[in-house]
Amino acid sequence: MSKKTETNNKKSYDFNLIVGIVLTAIVVIPSLIGLFWTPYNPETMNSSLKMAGPSLQHLMGCDNFGRDVLSRVMKGSTTTLLIGLGTVAFGCIFGTVVGAFTGYYGGIIDEILMRCNDVMFSFPSILLALVFVAVLGSGKYQVTVALGIAFIPSYARIVRSEYIRIKNMDYVQSAKLAGAADLRVMFVHMLPNCIRVLASSVLIGFNNAVLAEAGLSFLGIGVQPPDASLGSMLSEAQTYLFSKPGLAIAPGITLIMMVLGIALLGKKVDGKK
Amino acid sequence: MDKILEVKDLHVSFAEERKSLFEKKKRIEVLKGLDFHINEGEIVGLVGESGCGKSTLAKSILGLVKPTQGEIIISSKEHPQMVFQDPKASLNPAKTVRFILEEPLRNLTDMSPEERFEKAAEMIEKVGLSKEYLDRYPDELSGGQRQRISIAASLMMDPKLLIADEPVSALDVTVQAQVLELLKELHKSLNLAIIFISHDLRVVYQLCDRVMVMKNGLIVEQNTRDEIYRNPKHEYTKSLLKSAGIGL
Repeated sequence: MSKKTETNNKKSYDFNLIVGIVLTAIVVIPSLIGLFWTPYNPETMNSSLKMAGPSLQHLMGCDNFGRDVLSRVMKGSTTTLLIGLGTVAFGCIFGTVVGAFTGYYGGIIDEILMRCNDVMFSFPSILLALVFVAVLGSGKYQVTVALGIAFIPSYARIVRSEYIRIKNMDYVQSAKLAGAADLRVMFVHMLPNCIRVLASSVLIGFNNAVLAEAGLSFLGIGVQPPDASLGSMLSEAQTYLFSKPGLAIAPGITLIMMVLGIALLGKKVDGKK
Repeated sequence: MDKILEVKDLHVSFAEERKSLFEKKKRIEVLKGLDFHINEGEIVGLVGESGCGKSTLAKSILGLVKPTQGEIIISSKEHPQMVFQDPKASLNPAKTVRFILEEPLRNLTDMSPEERFEKAAEMIEKVGLSKEYLDRYPDELSGGQRQRISIAASLMMDPKLLIADEPVSALDVTVQAQVLELLKELHKSLNLAIIFISHDLRVVYQLCDRVMVMKNGLIVEQNTRDEIYRNPKHEYTKSLLKSAGIGL
């Protein structure tokens, strides 16, 4: 019986996982290369190549300033990925700290911090990010911080509920008996047991961050020219949406593949529990 | 014999969750005035139905629960330690056996990493496992092995008093016997006093010198093992023995 199920498992490929890995790789590898090398300088304008169609020299053609679209997509997805990573790291670290303290201690600290959390939670995160951008100003780093702050509440929630679940486990009691101080119990003994739950929400959060960054840049308050990001490219391309749809399709497809690939991976991590 | 633990008039109560916002907070009294002592190097059985406060008593001796009234006097430098009922829950699944064993040394002593490792290796052999188990995770061990690790971890600081909260009830019968045997050995070799919490009267008879019977947060009877089993005084003790099919 057990043998049968084992062979069954081997035969049925995990479609989600494979598609997820392939899509993510297609996007992430070129954008990693984009960190060090792009076919052309993504910011060099060439007036003779304005709105040029795809050719062997310029695989995705050129935009309205004669800049190579492939180079810009590579650079832009790098920027988008880095902002996504920064946002998630920021939100995750602060959210974990808040969640750990509230979940572990409970009581009045919990009430105060979680009510603040609820207030932040009640705004859509993109709106909240808009407010922070208005305060901090626009640009790569400001957007990262703004989105990061907007992402704190959701991580705090997740980590808090995990901590509440774990804190009454016997191994936490025995860690206390082993003389571990509160901070050590929280971050050395308990945190590793939250990693699985955290990992899946990090992947989902990463997607939201990528989309939110694209959204902000599309609205023109995110990454500022001449820096490229997928959102700002989409925003520049919308003027030429009918005359030159390729300009919007290139960054659009890249964004879709990035988000879809990571969503599929996230599903896999989540389902493994 | 010297007393290692003395408990005087111990009361513990917990606040009950309010059901509605305007309700007054109620307190539930779990322990209602316990008096007893434990001598050096003796095994005392603590029996009673579930919910009678055995585990709360254990936790208050360990300092994990604060008593609302009364005193707990521990007359050894070493803090008492505890072996939990379910070894699946009492060993951190994210840490190796080595980390778990070394943890008390890391927090409470200033031993060098080498000394810690040596001590951990020595202790794991004392509980009848080989050094190879140090690099394993708890998930990779059987129930009996886990309970051995759990015992080893509790003994790392050389406590003089060990509280064992139903340490064998989650194990199957053959493994139970081995773990009990191990506890007996350690008791002899380390002159360890053990409070053995159990609802299994047969196991208590095998292991303990003295027995305390608890009901509803009170100790209703305490006496030497033979007296309790042959000549029970309290009605509740009698009914416990009867339902276990022993004596009378």
